[in-house]
Amino acid sequence: MADLPKAEELLKSINYTPPSTPWMDIKADTSPGNWCYPAKAEKLEYLGFPNPREWNPADQDWKLPENWQDIVHQGFKERLDKYRSLKIFMDVCVRCGACADKCHFFIGSGDPKNMPVLRAELMRSIYRKDFTMAGKILSTLTGSRVMTEDVLKEWFIYFYQCTECRRCSLFCPYGIDTAEVTMMARELLHLCGVNINWILEPVSNCNRTGNHLGIQPHAFKDIVEFMVDDIEEITGKRINVPLNEKGHEILFITPSGDVFADPGIYTFMGYLMLFDHIGLDYTLSTYASEGGNFGLFTSSEMMKKLNAKMYAEAKRLGVKWILGGECGHMWRVINQYMDTMNGPADFLQVPKSPITGTVFPAAAQTKMLHITEFTADLMKHNKLKLDPSRNDHLRVTFHDSCNPARAMGLMDEPRYVIKNVVKNFFEMPEQTIREQTFCCAGGSGLNTDEIMEIRMRGGLPRGNALKSVRDEHDVNMLSCICAIDRATLPPLANYWAPGVDVCGVHELVGNALILDGEKEREVDLRQEPLPGKEG
Amino acid sequence: MNALYSLVLVFALVLIALFGVGTAHMAGLFGIALPLVAVAVFLVGFAYRIIKWAKSPVPFNITTTGGQQKSLDFIKHSKFDNPVTPGQTFIRMLLEVLCFRSLFRNAKTGIQEGQVTYASAKWLWLFSLLFHYSFLLIIIRHMRLFFEPVPACINFVAMLDGIFQIGAPRLYMSDILILVGLGFLLARRLWDAKVRYISLVTDYFPLLLIISVALSGIYMRFFAHVDIPAVKQLTMGLVTFHPVIPAGVSVPFYVHLFLVCTLLIYFPFSKLMHAGGVFLSPTRNMPNNPRRVHHENPWNDPSIKPHSYEDYENDFREPMIEAGLPVEKKS
Ligand code: SF4
Ligand code: SF4
Repeated sequence: MADLPKAEELLKSINYTPPSTPWMDIKADTSPGNWCYPAKAEKLEYLGFPNPREWNPADQDWKLPENWQDIVHQGFKERLDKYRSLKIFMDVCVRCGACADKCHFFIGSGDPKNMPVLRAELMRSIYRKDFTMAGKILSTLTGSRVMTEDVLKEWFIYFYQCTECRRCSLFCPYGIDTAEVTMMARELLHLCGVNINWILEPVSNCNRTGNHLGIQPHAFKDIVEFMVDDIEEITGKRINVPLNEKGHEILFITPSGDVFADPGIYTFMGYLMLFDHIGLDYTLSTYASEGGNFGLFTSSEMMKKLNAKMYAEAKRLGVKWILGGECGHMWRVINQYMDTMNGPADFLQVPKSPITGTVFPAAAQTKMLHITEFTADLMKHNKLKLDPSRNDHLRVTFHDSCNPARAMGLMDEPRYVIKNVVKNFFEMPEQTIREQTFCCAGGSGLNTDEIMEIRMRGGLPRGNALKSVRDEHDVNMLSCICAIDRATLPPLANYWAPGVDVCGVHELVGNALILDGEKEREVDLRQEPLPGKEG
Repeated sequence: MNALYSLVLVFALVLIALFGVGTAHMAGLFGIALPLVAVAVFLVGFAYRIIKWAKSPVPFNITTTGGQQKSLDFIKHSKFDNPVTPGQTFIRMLLEVLCFRSLFRNAKTGIQEGQVTYASAKWLWLFSLLFHYSFLLIIIRHMRLFFEPVPACINFVAMLDGIFQIGAPRLYMSDILILVGLGFLLARRLWDAKVRYISLVTDYFPLLLIISVALSGIYMRFFAHVDIPAVKQLTMGLVTFHPVIPAGVSVPFYVHLFLVCTLLIYFPFSKLMHAGGVFLSPTRNMPNNPRRVHHENPWNDPSIKPHSYEDYENDFREPMIEAGLPVEKKS
C-alpha cells in the first residue's frame, strides 16, 4: 500500500473533536480505500444471493434493485420480529456515550460515526422513522430520517468498519451490542446485493471445498504432507496424520488459515506434534476443513449452513467428539450458535480426554472442546514432556481474541498453556487485554488489503499496547488463539510495533514438546536456530 | 440547538400549568383528570412496551462475557461476569441494575505523546447512581401522600433522608443530590463534545423535565409553603377514586403536578424505557451456557442443510482416489 501514511503521521492525524456539521448532513466518503471490494457476481450467483452484478462503490449508481427501499423495510421488520436483541437495542439506548471511545475504529480514526452509539444510530434513525409513532410525526426532534441511497451507502461504509468485536457491549449499561446491530445491518445490505468479496468468496469456498481458501482435498493432503516433512526435518521423527478416516475417536477441526498461511502453519505443526506425542486417536477431515465460519458475517442462514458440516462430518466418520483448534469467530459460533442451530448432536459423547480421563462439562451439549482446554488439562496432569528453554529466545505476550474473550470467556486456559512452555511472559496493559481486549481490526471479514489504512487505524490500540511491552520488556512475540489474528496482526505489529512476530499458542507448545525418539533439536518450528544452537 | 428546543418545551409546559390553573381556573382538569390519565397511560404504556419486546423471541444465547468462563477445576471462574447458572446470572443482573456495574468499568481514552491512554472515568457512574437513587428516595417519600395511615417504612425513609436536620422545613438530602446528579448529566451532555454531538432533543428534554420537576418541588416546599394537608386530601381522593379539589392548594403545586404528569405520559414512549429494557437485554440476562445446555430457537429452519459430503465427493472423487484419500464410492 503505497499511500499508507507513516505510523507517526497517522497518529498525529487523529482528532477526537467531532465536526460542527450534524452527522446526518455529512455524506459517507465512498472514495476508494474506504471500502472493501464488492462481491463478485459469480459468487453471489453460486450462493443464490440477490442482485448479482458488477458494481463499484465509488460510482454514483450502485445498481440497486428497483424496490430496494421496500426490501430494506420488510427485512428490517422481519428481523425486529425475529430478534428481541434488535428491538431492545433500537429502543433503549440513552446515548450516554459510555461506549463512544471504546471502539478501536473510533480510537484510531476520530470519525464520530465510528462511535458505537452513532454507528447504531445510523440504523436507529431509520428505525424511528419507519417503526415508531413519534419518529413518523416529529422527524428532526426525535432524530429520525428517511432511508435514502445516501443512507444505504453510509451503512455500507460504516457497518464494514465494525469488526463485530463487542467491546462496546461490555461498557454499555444495558449491554447494547453494536456487533448485533452490525450483523443485522449487513443482512439488510445483503438483501439489496450490497456486500463485499472478502466475505462472500470465503463463504462460497467453504461451502464447496470445505475451507475458505478453496483448497481441494488432494491439495489439502499435500499441504499436510509438507508439514509432516518439516516436522521430520526439525525433530527427526516422521509422524502420521489421518485424513478423512473413519473409526477414530476424535475429529479435529481447525481454521484453514492454520493449514495454509504463515505463521498459522507452525501452530498447525504444533497440534500435529502434540497429538503424536500423546498418541491421540483422531482424524482430520478435508470436507470439514474450516473451523472459521464466514457465515457469521453474512446471515444466520449461511452461518448455520456452513456450521452444519461439523456435525455432519462427525456423524459420517463415527467419532465420539470434536476437538477444535485456535480460532476466534469459530469459537463464537460454536459457543453461541452451534447447538442451537444444528444440535443437539446426540450421536456424540461428552468430550473426555483419553489421556487424563477428564470429562469436560463445559462442552456437555456441543460435544466440542477447545484445544487450549484440552492441552491445559494435559499439562495440569503432567502428561507432556516439555522443555520450555527452547522458547527462551522468545519474550512473549498474549493477545486475547475478541470472540473467545467476550463471547465465551476463554482467557486463562491459553495463558496456562503458555506459561507452561514459555519462561518470559508479559501482559500488555490491563485495559487492552482479557475482556477489555482490543480487536486486530481485521475481524468479521475485513482483513483485506484495500482498506489497509482503516485497518491500521483500527489497529492502533492493540498496536500501541504491543509497542509498550516491546519497549518495556523487549517482547518479540505476540501469541494469540485466532487464525484471523495470525493473518492480521503481522502487518499491524509491523506498522505499530516493528520487531514483534506473531504466533499461535500451539506453536510454542510444539517448540517445547519432547517427542519420543526425536533427535536433538537445533531449530524451532520456524527453522530458526534455537538459543545456544546458532551456527 | 437541541438543548434549547428542549428548554423552550419545558418552559412552555410550566406556562401551560400556570395559565391553566392560575388564569383559566381549570384545577379539576389539572388536579384530577390529567393525573388519572397520566397514571393510566404510564401503566398501560409501560406494559405495552414490555410485552412488545417480549413478543420477539431470543433465538440465540448471545451473552457478552466479561470474565473467565467456567471450565477446568483449576481455573478460577468469574462467576458474576460470566455466569453459567441462573443464580449467578441473577446476581450479575442485580449488580447491573443496582450498582451500574458496566458503567463502573468506564475509562476515558486519549492520546498523549504517541501513547494511547486509558484514564479511569467513574464520574458518569457516580452521578448516574446519585441521580437514580435520589429519585428513588424521593418517590418513596412521596408515597406518604398516598397512604393513610402512612406506613412506618416510608416515614423511616423520609427520616433518614432528612437526617441532617437542616432548616425548617427540613432539607432532604435527596433533593440536593438529585439536582447534583441531573446537573452533572446535563453539563456533561453540553460540555463533552462527543456526547453533545450525539444528543437529541429526546435526550435533553427528559433531563430538563426532571430538573424542572425537582425544582418545582423544592420551590413548593421551601418558598411557596404549599398546604400539605390539602394536597394530601387531593392525592387521597385520587387513589380512592373519590376525587376532590380542596381549597387552599396553590398554583405551584399544580405546576409541579403537571410536570410530573407529563413525565409519566412521556415515559413509555421514550428512551426512559431503559428502566424496563435493562432487564430484557439478552447480552446480560442470560447465563453463558449454550455449550452446556440446549437453547431453542423457535424459527430455526431444519431445511437448511450443508453442502453434502456426497456432493463434495462427487466433485473431487478422482483426485481424492489419486491422492489416496478414503472415499465412500469408488467411482
Ligand atoms: S453505552 Fe449503551 S446506552 Fe450508552 S450510548 Fe452506548 S449504546 Fe447507548
Ligand atoms: S463491535 Fe467492536 S468494532 Fe463494532 S462498534 Fe463495537 S467496538 Fe466498534
